[in-house]
Amino acid sequence: MHVPDTRREYWRKNLWLTGSLLVVWFVVTFCIAWFARDLAAFTFLGFPVPFYMGAQGALFVYVLIIWIYARRMNRLDEEYDVAEEER
Amino acid sequence: MRAFVQNLKRYYSFFTGGFVMFVLALAVAEYMGMPERWIGWTFMAATVLLYASIGILTRTADVVEYYVAGRRVPAIFNGMATGADWMSAASFIGMAGTLYQKGYDGLAFIMGWTGGYVLVALLLAPYLRKFGEFTIPDFIGARYGGHAARSLAVVGTILASFTYVTAQIYGVGIITSRFLDINFETGVFVGLGGILVCSFLGGMRAVTWTQVAQYIILIIAYLMPVVFMSYKVTSVPIPQLVYGSVLEKVTERENEIMADPAQITAREDYRARAKEIDAQIRDIEYRLKPVPAPAAELDRLRKERAEDFDKAQPITHHAEPFPGQTAPERNAARLNFLALTFCLMVGTAALPHVLIRYYTTPSVKQARESVFWSLLFISLLYFTAPAYAVFAKYEIYTNLIGSSISELPNWVHSWAKLGLVKVEDINHDGILQLAELTLNPDVIVLATPEIAGLPYVVAGLVAAGGLAAALSTADGLLLTIANALSHDIYYKIINQNASATRRLTVAKGLLLLVALIAAYVASMKPDTILSMVAWAFSIAGACFFPALVLGIFWKRATQQGAVAGMVIGLGLTLYYLIGVKYFGMAKWFDISDVSAGIFGIPAGFISIILVSLVTPAPDRATQNMVENVRYPSLKGRGS
Repeated sequence: MHVPDTRREYWRKNLWLTGSLLVVWFVVTFCIAWFARDLAAFTFLGFPVPFYMGAQGALFVYVLIIWIYARRMNRLDEEYDVAEEER
Repeated sequence: MRAFVQNLKRYYSFFTGGFVMFVLALAVAEYMGMPERWIGWTFMAATVLLYASIGILTRTADVVEYYVAGRRVPAIFNGMATGADWMSAASFIGMAGTLYQKGYDGLAFIMGWTGGYVLVALLLAPYLRKFGEFTIPDFIGARYGGHAARSLAVVGTILASFTYVTAQIYGVGIITSRFLDINFETGVFVGLGGILVCSFLGGMRAVTWTQVAQYIILIIAYLMPVVFMSYKVTSVPIPQLVYGSVLEKVTERENEIMADPAQITAREDYRARAKEIDAQIRDIEYRLKPVPAPAAELDRLRKERAEDFDKAQPITHHAEPFPGQTAPERNAARLNFLALTFCLMVGTAALPHVLIRYYTTPSVKQARESVFWSLLFISLLYFTAPAYAVFAKYEIYTNLIGSSISELPNWVHSWAKLGLVKVEDINHDGILQLAELTLNPDVIVLATPEIAGLPYVVAGLVAAGGLAAALSTADGLLLTIANALSHDIYYKIINQNASATRRLTVAKGLLLLVALIAAYVASMKPDTILSMVAWAFSIAGACFFPALVLGIFWKRATQQGAVAGMVIGLGLTLYYLIGVKYFGMAKWFDISDVSAGIFGIPAGFISIILVSLVTPAPDRATQNMVENVRYPSLKGRGS
């Protein structure tokens, strides 16, 4: 199947966005947990930093990642004329 | 569509208002002298009746309505339904207790069960919605072709969902039997009725609209006690915001407890008793002392030895990550934390009952937004759970530990009667030391209303919330299993000419059958089944995640690759967890059996890639299908 160049570009942008957001997801989850013992000396709102991140911070970041993705992709659909009919 | 959404918002706002009024009315009735038993019954009867009426009102004989709720569930409502679908009896009742016991290390569950939604949002939901069929095996079957991949996916669905649904029905039995004062087996079958009234007549459509109502009930029930508790302890009614300061107080108190010599003697007494039991075990093992039933006696003694040995362990700080006596111990704890978080995340993103919820939105756009709403609604509970744990710890460490055993507060006695709290004065000093107190994890959520001094009506509300959590998850799971059997096995493989009526009859028959088998298994209270629930995440992750993700993102993935990946991923996971749990196999890198997916998931990816590269590329039609799934619409609106 011949794939038009604009559509390839849409897919490339999608992959780029997905990849970058997954890097954020990975850092927030695994890198912070890996260094948890070293970060425990710092506090935030009375919580040790790793505890705060595990209990609240990471959750905020996850919600934000999904919000950014949905917003950005929904706009990209319009830009590249691949959006669905409004129902 | 807009009018439909407006109406839905109106209905559910009325419903929420009505539910709050109902709780207030019961509170007044309690104040006027309504007995506790009646309050429990009223709560159970009213909520189950409500679910039943939604189930009956939304009954359907249409295939698309039955399997995917007509694909017209707006993003925000699908988010709530996913929340209820996702949060099980274990999340609602057990998680705060797990966090109480494990401190920082328990946060693997919080991050794992929320972070998985990032993977759902970015890698799966929009594409599955565009594919737009009925089940997860459907996607595998269409993408890879042939019956082998589809059948394997059905096997994976059943493996991951069946133990899970059994545990939910078990949870329903526990809650109904405790609050209605009936025996456990009756409770299980009462609960089964509650589950079937929703799913049997209306399938996914009825389950969706019931789950939205169940989400509202469960979130009110979960937040209420801890909000009061927070107000009582800090005079700020937003627990999530202020528990940092309470955590600081807990840490101070932990330091005092660690320095207290009486705590050390209590622990030493437990260590001494563990050694005594050890000697008894050796006597029986070497047949030095004859006993009537050596196997049962050994089991009992080994369990007691493990309990006493646990109690002899030094106290650790709640907020300390990966506590351990030696560096290797701490490193193993860290590795297990990361592995567990990873498996829970990937498992979340691969559990069929969650993924099929994204088939029900009207569009790809709304599927993306819907994952956002799902996680927002789920987070509301998950970021409250650690607050529950910290408040409970504060209360117990300051008001219980170090006080006289003869003057313990009332809630300790009432839950001790049910066997959920145990107090033992091992060093005979009349004072309660930390090691002398045994708490069942469930007690943290169940007893918080009493600890905060709230009326019984709140305890009833918590029970209704727990019931809503268990019923909604059970419904979603049952439907997933029955639909995989009826749609993928019966319709797609056995009889492709079946009429719509026949398909629905088969689907409903199988639903009933699966429900009865699960209830029967649950009524036998099998310990093994319950401990196997945690496995569902590793199993689902290893079986589905690689095949789904590569199926979307890599056109070159072939049928043979997918079959190899699913067999090897699932096989390796099962081999590791069964080997470690039941056959004393040596652990690899100290990873515990629940995180078996840490080996199975990468093995699945590698096998799919390697086998795909040595087999011929998929045909044109398959590649077109993948291309089609990647774009919300290929027609374009501009042209």
